[in-house]
Amino acid sequence: MMQAGKANDPRLDRREAMRALLDKRGDLLLVTGLGSTTWDAAAVGDDDRNFYLWGAMGAAAMVGLGLAVAQPERRVLVVTGDGEMLMGLGALATIGVQRPPNLALAVFDNARYAETGMQASHTDHGVSLCGVARSCGIEGVYDIADSAALQEFARLVHITDDTLFARIAIKADEPPRVLPSRDGVLLKNRFRSALGIE
Amino acid sequence: MAEPVSNDDADWRDDIFAALKGAEIRQVGYVPDAGHSRLIELCHADPQIRAIPLTSEEEGIGLAAGAWLGGQRAALLMQSSGVGNCINLLSLAKSCRFPLVMLVTMRGEWGEFNPWQVPMGTKTQAALELMDVLVYRVERGEEAGETAAAALDIAFNGSLATAVLLSQRLIGAKKWVK
Repeated sequence: MMQAGKANDPRLDRREAMRALLDKRGDLLLVTGLGSTTWDAAAVGDDDRNFYLWGAMGAAAMVGLGLAVAQPERRVLVVTGDGEMLMGLGALATIGVQRPPNLALAVFDNARYAETGMQASHTDHGVSLCGVARSCGIEGVYDIADSAALQEFARLVHITDDTLFARIAIKADEPPRVLPSRDGVLLKNRFRSALGIE
Repeated sequence: MAEPVSNDDADWRDDIFAALKGAEIRQVGYVPDAGHSRLIELCHADPQIRAIPLTSEEEGIGLAAGAWLGGQRAALLMQSSGVGNCINLLSLAKSCRFPLVMLVTMRGEWGEFNPWQVPMGTKTQAALELMDVLVYRVERGEEAGETAAAALDIAFNGSLATAVLLSQRLIGAKKWVK
């Protein structure tokens, strides 16, 4: 069985990983899942073009799909956790059928349900999110455990005309929470305004 | 893109399709149902509509939210059993006041053959209303187009979650033994 969170763990720091993905973000649109990836995005810096999910666990990838289809000229990045992705695995099949060229999914995999007491998730028992993504027809699949590979993925998000999926191995720790607004209507309206939508 | 759909079988489903077009729906998420099959074909055949098959109905709630964030309008097609799959996800529509239109073919009602469809079918409307979804029912074919149009209008102009329940009597009981 894989062991997460050891002292010599080669896994990435989650805040550093989010910072790398959003470095030089340009006009990238970001969707984050419940819950730690939402705190990570807020810690890197709040932005009107971030849509944070404070609930609806399992929905992050599908929100990204609807957004990517609606905004074909913009790049859409979904960053969510392994637990959130596991709750919506069917979305990978749906996205594998649609394969929008401007959508990238990044799953921060600490093999834990960090928000609820660090219980082991299915990935800790060997379930391969990359394997699922590949089996669903997504061809650009990356299993990332070091910062060089992560920086390369962050670059590909802006230039690849195909759906991308990355599983990013992160340490099972809980950095200080940075909480963005919980007002869903505000988050929705400011996101649309940032895109110039009435 | 799919082949053009023949007009020979045109019925109230075409009226619903006209309502979707009139409301400028650009994404249609669906889990197949026999009662929706013609509408699904019409959506696939339309170059302005992206018809997106879902593995489970709750995916559609996220899809519709994402579409709206990106400036497009979405509608969802599902069977009444699928409403049960959506319940927690409806909190997304409510918390953010996302417009939502669910077109639901009913099972477990008039002429139902399969008793396993009855528990969810008889509670579909109550379940939606518990989550503050505005529910309209259609019993007769001539009501379908205008009811769908009304749901689309209040959803997108009033930022509300709506559902149109298409009764099993309207659709016709499923034939199990042919």
